[in-house]
Amino acid sequence: MEKREVDLEVRNLRKYYPAGRRRFLKAVDDVSFTVYRGETLGIVGESGCGKTTCGKTAIGMLPKTGGEVFFQGKDVHRMTKKERFDFTGKVQMIFQDPYASLDSHQKVYQIVAEGIRIHKLASDKEQEQEMVYELLNMVGLNAEHAGRNVHEFSGGQRQRIGIARALSVNPEFLFCDEPVSALDVSLQAQIVNLLMKLQQEKHLTMLFIAHDLSVVKHISDRIGVMYLGKMVEMTDCDELYDNPLHPYTEALLAAVPIADPDLAEKRKGIVLEGDVPSPVNPPAGCRFCSRCSRRMDICLVEEPVMKEISPGHTVACHLYR
Amino acid sequence: MNHLLEIKHLTVSYFTLSGEVQAVRDVSFDVRPCRTVALVGESGCGKSVTAKSIMGLVKKPGKIRKGSEIIFEGTDIAGFSEKEWNRFRGKQCSMIFQDALVSLNPTMKIGKQIIENLDNHETGLSAGEKRQMAIDVLKMTEIPDAEACLNKYPHELSGGMRQRVMIAMALITNPKLLIADEPTTSLDVTIQNQILRLMKNLQKKLGMAILLITHDLGIVADLADEIVVMYAGKIVEKGACREIFYHPVHPYTQALLSSVPRLDERGKQKLRTIEGNIPDMTNPPDGCAFCDRCPYAMNICAQYMPVMKPAEKHENGGNCKAGEFHEAACWLMDKRAGEKV
Amino acid sequence: MEHETVITITEESFRPLERRKKEMPPAVSHSVWKDISIELISNKVALVSLILLLIIIIGALFAPLSPYDPYALDSSQKLQGISRAHWFGTDEFGRDYFTRVLYGGRVSLTVGFLSMLVTITLGTSIGVFSGYMGGRLDALLMRFTDIFLALPSMLLMVILNTFLQPGLFTLVAVLSLFSWASVARITRAETMSLKERDFVVATKNLGASSLLIAVKHIIPNVLGPVIVAASLSVANAILMESSLSYLGLGVQIPLASWGSMLQGAQSHILDHPLLAVFPGLMILITVLSFNLLGDVLRNALEPKIVK
Repeated sequence: MEKREVDLEVRNLRKYYPAGRRRFLKAVDDVSFTVYRGETLGIVGESGCGKTTCGKTAIGMLPKTGGEVFFQGKDVHRMTKKERFDFTGKVQMIFQDPYASLDSHQKVYQIVAEGIRIHKLASDKEQEQEMVYELLNMVGLNAEHAGRNVHEFSGGQRQRIGIARALSVNPEFLFCDEPVSALDVSLQAQIVNLLMKLQQEKHLTMLFIAHDLSVVKHISDRIGVMYLGKMVEMTDCDELYDNPLHPYTEALLAAVPIADPDLAEKRKGIVLEGDVPSPVNPPAGCRFCSRCSRRMDICLVEEPVMKEISPGHTVACHLYR
Repeated sequence: MNHLLEIKHLTVSYFTLSGEVQAVRDVSFDVRPCRTVALVGESGCGKSVTAKSIMGLVKKPGKIRKGSEIIFEGTDIAGFSEKEWNRFRGKQCSMIFQDALVSLNPTMKIGKQIIENLDNHETGLSAGEKRQMAIDVLKMTEIPDAEACLNKYPHELSGGMRQRVMIAMALITNPKLLIADEPTTSLDVTIQNQILRLMKNLQKKLGMAILLITHDLGIVADLADEIVVMYAGKIVEKGACREIFYHPVHPYTQALLSSVPRLDERGKQKLRTIEGNIPDMTNPPDGCAFCDRCPYAMNICAQYMPVMKPAEKHENGGNCKAGEFHEAACWLMDKRAGEKV
Repeated sequence: MEHETVITITEESFRPLERRKKEMPPAVSHSVWKDISIELISNKVALVSLILLLIIIIGALFAPLSPYDPYALDSSQKLQGISRAHWFGTDEFGRDYFTRVLYGGRVSLTVGFLSMLVTITLGTSIGVFSGYMGGRLDALLMRFTDIFLALPSMLLMVILNTFLQPGLFTLVAVLSLFSWASVARITRAETMSLKERDFVVATKNLGASSLLIAVKHIIPNVLGPVIVAASLSVANAILMESSLSYLGLGVQIPLASWGSMLQGAQSHILDHPLLAVFPGLMILITVLSFNLLGDVLRNALEPKIVK
């Protein structure tokens, strides 16, 4: 396999929150992954699995508890003020809620121009205006929208404005935290297409977090599956679908509804029983063992580690050794 | 064909400061006993308002317009008084909501809430009998340790369990129709899967009809017998589940179906999208509401509203089995429109 | 019941629709002022109070137009009743009471607005700063604020006023000193929630400095509750000033405020009750109006769910 340039490297990242007397909510526990330049890494998992916390900690928005994160060789959590500022010009974020993520007191122009002004990317007002209009065009809006107040826009358009804001500083890396889960199906498709188009045009690296496996699979090159603060499996998109190794991945794939009645009828009827245990008090051994249908004795005692089973396909499960 | 519920020309408007919002415009469809009908559409298409109308929950500034008929087992319930509604709701027809945490009373134990619903409709039961019924119905929804659950507060349960409790509460009176408004939207996929399977099993066991309201076509494919597709307050297409999925006639249905990313696709493809936005419902267009976004729009689409017509004769129209139907409202179905799709 | 529409179909009907580029609807200027005026129109009581307030303010502004000197004593005219020449009568020194009330309004309103300005500026800056910085600094500042909230302010104001050189500015300073704390509390709470909001996080991600975030994003968003607090603060200051002046600790003779006029009327409360009624009525109308306007602003500025 060709050697690819690494953009973001996450090593044994941990993020704990205090949860009462000497107990911790282990939102992210010993997670490692690499995002190569120009690719899209998707992270899926159910609510409370720590995927958003993992992403935010990985780009330094939240302080870590342990582990290391390097962005283009620099430690994200040990940056000087100047380095941090440069970092903000390279790494940007798209938010989940298109209503909360835009200041409703501002006009579209102000929102999109803010990054340009902070990073002094335009030499004068005219150039700034040109840049804003270009950004708006890029995300499927136009110059006419610039003078409008944010509250005149619907969810999908607001998400476009949010994307334009993120792109205003010419970032190299985009962290998308559930960018389409608050949108309707048809708008979801618009935004997914837009993100894919922008990635190709601007050679962006993306970390794409979502709970919807079909969306993640659609947009990502590789996918990591998280369960209860742990990464349990990571591999290429199609490989994950064709050959899921971890029992949780298998169950997750089987649970995603398919918009096709015949296929829905034919599918394997794996129904994952039980609820996700509390991350404050996860089961000993493998965290999935309380719901796993293929549980062995060792799963109750020993925590499995990520192992590469075939090139580019790693899994943390005792079934594979 | 006997119908459990017939909705005819339902029109609901909300009177707001910025004018009359026509949330539901002349909607007609039927629900047969023991069948699952799915109301599908994007937010703001009027599907939830339609459900609320059936439960008598359209409150000011909303109003069901004259001429609307909601016929439940032969009686027109659209003109019910609040007292009649109270007798009807929860007994004949129950509803479960998207967010169980909001719908359950946080300060009351589960057992008491279930029994309270029973008290409103069944009289002359002893406390022991009622408790037993509550336990039975909780067991039916596959809640582990149903007896202990009676003494818990809603916040002590997980999201999936709360949804089960909601279903139990809705089913304790043996309703003939269960309206499920986005029942699994706030749940994770694996839990959603559990709840969907539960709903299927319960329907088989109890024989109630389900009116499922959702935007998720995956759930629809799994559960529905018939599908009603709504857009901008109107029905654009309705028919048997497989007909709609495999032989959609209306461009909106087609676009909706192809804009869903699917797990079984390979590689990165562009999703088909519907450009543009939904029309302003305070001033809906004269013609077809989808005209603005429709890739096949014709002059007539902008002028006149198309009416619902059987889709069998259309070249795309499938072969409806006996007892099935498939209708759509689109000018493309007119012979004069020629082959365009 | 369904009326048939006549459909005229021509050959053109089934031709592909030529889409004209849709013009965007005109921008809806949805300003704060529009919100407030809508609220005012629907709330008649508030409209009346606004008009009354405007009349009082204009009256106070144009007080020098009155033909009478508010300070000139004229014992021949003392304690006259209502007449065409003296609309509110005269006081015990023969001064025109209407003119006195207008001049009193100048003092009362000045004290009210000035101490409101100081209160709001101080309270907002401390609140936003404290809420935005968080941590120990916030804890420290808030305990400091709590102390000010816990002090028996009236008592301390009386004590402070006796030690300081009495006058308009002392009054304003003392009044502001004891009322900024509640504004700081409100703005701090708002700031705390605002700084966790996605749009603030996004600006931070763009590399914005704290100052820029506070000025561009936090303060415009806390302005709603601050404006409400401001209108209540004016009312409160006028009331406090009246109380202090009534105790003889407010503005000094010959300057008069409504409060000190009330005090002066005390000795004639039985024989000439009108001397107490006029300034009292002014205080009542002004304070009530400001409070009602506060409600209007609260309703108008409350974040609306935009769907």
